[in-house]
Amino acid sequence: MKRHLLSASDLSYEDAILILDTAEELAKLVDGPVKKLPTLRGRTIVNLFYEDSTRTRISFEAAAKRLSADVINFTAKGSSVSKGESLKDTALTLQAMGADAVIVRHSASGAAHQLAASGWIAGSVINAGDGTHEHPSQALLDAFTMRRHLRDSKGDLAGVRVTIVGDVLHSRVARSNVLLLATLGAEVTLVAPPTLMPFGVEQWPCDISYDLDRVLPRTEALMMLRVQGERMNNAFFPSMREYSRGYGLDDKRASALSPEAIVMHPGPMNRGLEISAGAADGLRSVIVEQVANGVSVRMAILYLLLGGASIEEVSL
Amino acid sequence: MSGYLLRGVSVLGEQKVDVLIDGGIISEVSKKPLAPTGVRTIDCDGLIAMPGLVDLHTHLREPGREDSETVESGSAAAALGGFVAIHAMANTNPVADTAGVVEQVYRLGREAGWCDVRPVGAVTVGLHGTQLAELAAMAHSAAHVRVFSDDGKCVADPILMRRALEYVKAFDGVIAQHAQEPRLTEDAQMNEGFVSSQLGLRGWPAVAEESIISRDVLLAEHVGSRLHVCHVSTAGSVEIVRWAKSRGVMVTAEVTPHHLLLTDELARSYDPRYKVNPPLRRDEDVQALRQGLADGTIDAVATDHAPHPLEDKECEWSSAAFGMIGLQSALSVVQTAMIETGLMTWSEVSDRMSTRPARIGSLRDHGRPIAVGEPAHVVLVDPRGKSVFTLEGNASKSRNSPFLGMELHGRIEATFLRGRATVLDGKLAG
Amino acid sequence: MDAAQREVLDSGDINRALSRIAHEILEKNKGVRDLVLLGIPTRGAHIAQRLAKAIADIEGVAIPVGTIDVTLHRDDLRSRPARALLPTVIPTSGIDGKKVVLVDDVLFSGRTIRAALDAMGELGRPSQVQLAVLVDRGHRELPIRADYVGKNLPTSLKEHVRVSIMETDGTDSVSISGTPASGGE
Repeated sequence: MKRHLLSASDLSYEDAILILDTAEELAKLVDGPVKKLPTLRGRTIVNLFYEDSTRTRISFEAAAKRLSADVINFTAKGSSVSKGESLKDTALTLQAMGADAVIVRHSASGAAHQLAASGWIAGSVINAGDGTHEHPSQALLDAFTMRRHLRDSKGDLAGVRVTIVGDVLHSRVARSNVLLLATLGAEVTLVAPPTLMPFGVEQWPCDISYDLDRVLPRTEALMMLRVQGERMNNAFFPSMREYSRGYGLDDKRASALSPEAIVMHPGPMNRGLEISAGAADGLRSVIVEQVANGVSVRMAILYLLLGGASIEEVSL
Repeated sequence: MSGYLLRGVSVLGEQKVDVLIDGGIISEVSKKPLAPTGVRTIDCDGLIAMPGLVDLHTHLREPGREDSETVESGSAAAALGGFVAIHAMANTNPVADTAGVVEQVYRLGREAGWCDVRPVGAVTVGLHGTQLAELAAMAHSAAHVRVFSDDGKCVADPILMRRALEYVKAFDGVIAQHAQEPRLTEDAQMNEGFVSSQLGLRGWPAVAEESIISRDVLLAEHVGSRLHVCHVSTAGSVEIVRWAKSRGVMVTAEVTPHHLLLTDELARSYDPRYKVNPPLRRDEDVQALRQGLADGTIDAVATDHAPHPLEDKECEWSSAAFGMIGLQSALSVVQTAMIETGLMTWSEVSDRMSTRPARIGSLRDHGRPIAVGEPAHVVLVDPRGKSVFTLEGNASKSRNSPFLGMELHGRIEATFLRGRATVLDGKLAG
Repeated sequence: MDAAQREVLDSGDINRALSRIAHEILEKNKGVRDLVLLGIPTRGAHIAQRLAKAIADIEGVAIPVGTIDVTLHRDDLRSRPARALLPTVIPTSGIDGKKVVLVDDVLFSGRTIRAALDAMGELGRPSQVQLAVLVDRGHRELPIRADYVGKNLPTSLKEHVRVSIMETDGTDSVSISGTPASGGE
């Protein structure tokens, strides 16, 4: 494994399987009586959040604490960031505090790359979502969830038909998923109105479609992306109703899925917009499970990046 | 010693001659060795002599942002890059939209003395794109402004662009357009394409440049005016300019050195040194730009030297400033992209970096051949040398160059401005 | 393998040793009541299965067998890159109040067993913990000893003990080589 987790493309096939397998073992432990493992005792992990994301932050925090790491939360609100401190100065501060890993969430695409490449900090950098670029830990927990339901928690996702629906253009979840799922052998189809497909998407390792109803019957894992109402103002689509009619998962569409198919959503959901309450809470929905799996997967990431010797320590 | 004897120099790659520079002009050119007295002799074995370079597109930041560049520091960097004349863009603070500001920049250039600094006047007041600036006042000022540009911003309003094109005919001015359709490029970060789709950076589509160029060449044709297109960056733009020229439209175009060498793949590093406007494009575009420059569709290489302080580049890509410095590396980049690839000769490079830019800027004293009686604006280049652009050798106050640390072909040995050496042995000759 | 390697236990020796340990476990615990075997992966887990089978053959009763991975409790994690985790499988009957026999292939410094005791502490509270190993090669660094030993092997620190078992290595054998090497415990 590389020292940082910045993009799903950082993960080789072997890395991805190792993370999923490790997460599976950790899930068994923490689903049982074990609440805390001593593995990262004495390690300091900083949650550096420039963007509000309670879900991702507490998921990483829970993962770190279950491995006994010390966790420092550094959020833009109420910190010097809001007073205009640069990413560089913040990074240097964290370095001075001896952070072994920095989990960074930032509204700017590439912020995690810059932290990792800058030399400002020595620890591992884990991208917890950067702008409209990537969110690799989300893709890993999604793959983990798919593997549990569709491949009996073993091996890769070869041949699994995954459909990702919604605002692909602005979605870091979609970008990371497309990359990781390609690595794991899944067959991904992106579905969105053409205005919400990135220019250049035809070169991505996936299929694209503008017709959700045609893709649904053959879908094994359906991932609905959050759609923000304000996109309407930039003419990405004419109205929320029209969007929902074309690309929302309503009860009728949910029933067009095969009985074994699973319905996923990275959260937070806009019920009634991209997904109906019936579909979100239905039998096929694994949305709540995704959250629980997030902790196991993030424990695996932290353990594999920090649990062993750092590169410097091995060379000693 | 007032003069220089360039011993055995190859003028534009041709046969070796002796060139005598004296009294600010080229006083003798001889195939036989000259033996004048009282002049300094420079052994030019292996060196090429070219007419001093002229840059149509330089940002000097003075007045207003003297922390990133001054007229003095920027024109010194220009001299080290072989330039004898540069056009200082208008987007200073205050904006160069009055005779007072352009005269100040002009005067600062003369005081520094490293090269001729020709101010560019703003097309619209404050670069706001709503009201024409006093173009005639700037043209008739001591600064003799002939090139007008809102560079950094596009004159997007078609009626304002039409009026500007018409208005400058009265004093043989030219509008240099920064072609960027503003609505198509809101918050744009890099070239729109496969790389931007992967990086999650807002795209700057080629069509935003090409649509403005298309409109402007039609406007220029309609009103019979001169149009200059700044920093064309796409294959489509080259096609449009080629088409317009074939119709007889009075259009000229420039390309930057970086667009001849670098592609949007570099953005994958998220290193803001590669953030520039217009953005680095695809390899297909680079090849088309090289072809356009070689066949003369693109008239000039212009640096778009754009200094920024470190803090504006040591930050998130989307917060970083657009632009690269480029005066000192320009000729080496052009040699690397155009000469070493066999696409152009030194004579053609001289045409695109001296003769034609001087003509576009109406600089009668520049872009002249190396011939007896001509003003002695000369640059000596060692084409076989390699140079690494380093911080130590950087005369600019800013360091936002993508070429820092990169080994490039060619080395500038000396620059002469009206017979006076501004650079000798690759160093400023104070 | 290299010439310096010499076999100290062959397949028959290993079977006899495990059979003896099975008898000793039954003798010491006066039968199978409350007995649980927990093997330390990978080889310890297979050895635990064999012991369970031997006990079942003797007593005619199947006893619960599980595995316990100690990786996350090791005190030498930072000496190597992060390792893959191995399965932990606790029998459904649990370990609370049970007599747990930990099973491993080689007893050396004792640190693996300490980690196993820590790991077990997270999973429950056995009434007793015992230790069975196929080979004890000495050089303890912690106050730990085995209750059941297949073979005591006096070794030097420069020697390397290699345990091969059918399930993972295709053969049953214990050998010592003089060349210092890593791994094997």
